[in-house]
Amino acid sequence: MGESIAAVIQRKRKNKNRLAQQSMGWLTLAAVMLVPTIIAALFVRAWPILCSKPLGELLFSTTWHPMKNSFGFYAFIMGTLWVTGLAMIISVPPSVLTAIYLAEYSSTRTRSLVKTFIDILAGIPSVIFGVWGVLTIVPFIRNYFAPAVDRWLGGIPLFQNNNPTGYGLLAGGFVLAVMVFPIIISLAEEVISAVPQGLRDASLTLGATRWQTIRRVVMRRAWLGVIASIMLGFSRAFGETMAIMMVAGNVPQIPYSIFDPVYPLTALIANNYGEMMSIPLYDSALLTGALILLIIILVFNLLSRLAIVRLVQRD
Amino acid sequence: MNKITPKIEEVIYKVLMLASTAVVLSILFLILATVIWRGLPALNLAMLTQTPKGGYYLGQEGGILNAIVGSLYLAGGATMLAIVLSLPIALYLQVYIPHTRQAEWVRLAMDVLWGVPSIVYGAFGFIILIWLGMRASLLGGIIALAFLELPIMVRGMDEAIAMVPPALKETSYALGANKYETALKVILRQTAPGLLTAVLLAFGRGIGDAASVLFTAGYTDRLPNSLFRPAASLPLAVFFQLNTPYPAVQERAYASALILTFIILVLSLITRQLTTRLTTHIIR
Repeated sequence: MGESIAAVIQRKRKNKNRLAQQSMGWLTLAAVMLVPTIIAALFVRAWPILCSKPLGELLFSTTWHPMKNSFGFYAFIMGTLWVTGLAMIISVPPSVLTAIYLAEYSSTRTRSLVKTFIDILAGIPSVIFGVWGVLTIVPFIRNYFAPAVDRWLGGIPLFQNNNPTGYGLLAGGFVLAVMVFPIIISLAEEVISAVPQGLRDASLTLGATRWQTIRRVVMRRAWLGVIASIMLGFSRAFGETMAIMMVAGNVPQIPYSIFDPVYPLTALIANNYGEMMSIPLYDSALLTGALILLIIILVFNLLSRLAIVRLVQRD
Repeated sequence: MNKITPKIEEVIYKVLMLASTAVVLSILFLILATVIWRGLPALNLAMLTQTPKGGYYLGQEGGILNAIVGSLYLAGGATMLAIVLSLPIALYLQVYIPHTRQAEWVRLAMDVLWGVPSIVYGAFGFIILIWLGMRASLLGGIIALAFLELPIMVRGMDEAIAMVPPALKETSYALGANKYETALKVILRQTAPGLLTAVLLAFGRGIGDAASVLFTAGYTDRLPNSLFRPAASLPLAVFFQLNTPYPAVQERAYASALILTFIILVLSLITRQLTTRLTTHIIR
């Protein structure tokens, strides 16, 4: 071999580089394939029940008796939808207003301080939100809020109080709303701040007030991003498990009042999966629940991420 | 004349915005205050240094050392596994395929993965365990948590590496170093604090998550002693103790919640310190 030492080293370095590139590339591909893999795994395990029951029965039947071989998810799906919907109603107005305040009005120092606190709120584990809900929100609803609302608005079924425990839709919705605050605020603040300064300057020069500028110029440009941040918050609330199962009451029924207990899909899975595997199709049914949950969340997530990617490219 | 002038409208909205911000912040303080106020009286040395003795869940002697150690093992193991997987991905994005459409797609996939709820990671982890013929164990919990931490870490590292000035990479290439050598010897060294921030963020997420370890790691009153046996965790200790009907045990749930919150706050404090230092590039 007439190869010099320098050439050997050169070749080795080149090979190492190529090897690194290839293995890192494959690893990246594997990570990208993780979501499809999770869907496939859930689908395979859900297959037995999808074969033996029509999808319409699974989704729209209210009878949940695993022992008697009936698996209707309707009450759980409605439980999740109600509690998430209520959480969004509670959480969107203050979150968006806070985001606008941080992006448009606050001084740099205030903004960084508030954002620090928002980050801390985002980092609190969901079980802690649950403990807080049990200790403050549930007793407050039970002792003060529910009786008062029932007295004044009890004629309307939506505000009737038939639940003496305090655990239920409103408690769940409120705790979820607090968990969603930091997600909507930090993302919406980012999108609103990203609106080019020139647009604001032009509007202000024309004599518009600051608020007029925000409403007619800034928000008109940023609304898609704000919607995306709300959708991201929605998908987070939709999949939340620990906090919600601690305060929602977990009674499988379709709620008629904001004080009724609900049983969200995530709580159903967390309470039952891994046990009672001896009942045929039970495991399959619970994983069907997980699959439904995941697909809804992925759709919302993907839409909002794509909207954000488009916005970033525009500005 | 009861037409709302622009001036008054602005004042109204400004008050609403300030009120919203105040509400959001005061809820954070209310949560922290509740956890401290209810947790502190129940906290004692035995909680931190003992494992549950017989009759612990009826209010007898013992502590939650099993859950503290279990959580550190679970989150520590998961974080290590996640580093091994995330670092090459982040480097690949920034060094081998920077500014490409593929990189954007990978980032989108990671963001979507971030959105997968932890209960689904738990179910998926359990499916893997059954497939491997294993039961709920420390290893199972580590795997499920590593999946949970992966997207957080990849995106954090990705962003940290993106902050390396392009001139530095170009200098390295100009000196004849190839991409692998540049990644290993220049970029890793320059971004160490940023990478550590991402690692701590993921660790914090891992140690606080309950739904993903519920089926995969199980729960035990013993200290974790094998990868193939169940391991306890702090969030689940909070959850299980709160669900008992005995007030004395529920008190301990509050104390456990305080311990968990304390760990999370310390982690976020360290992260913040690192972030302020991140802005100054260290060229040695």
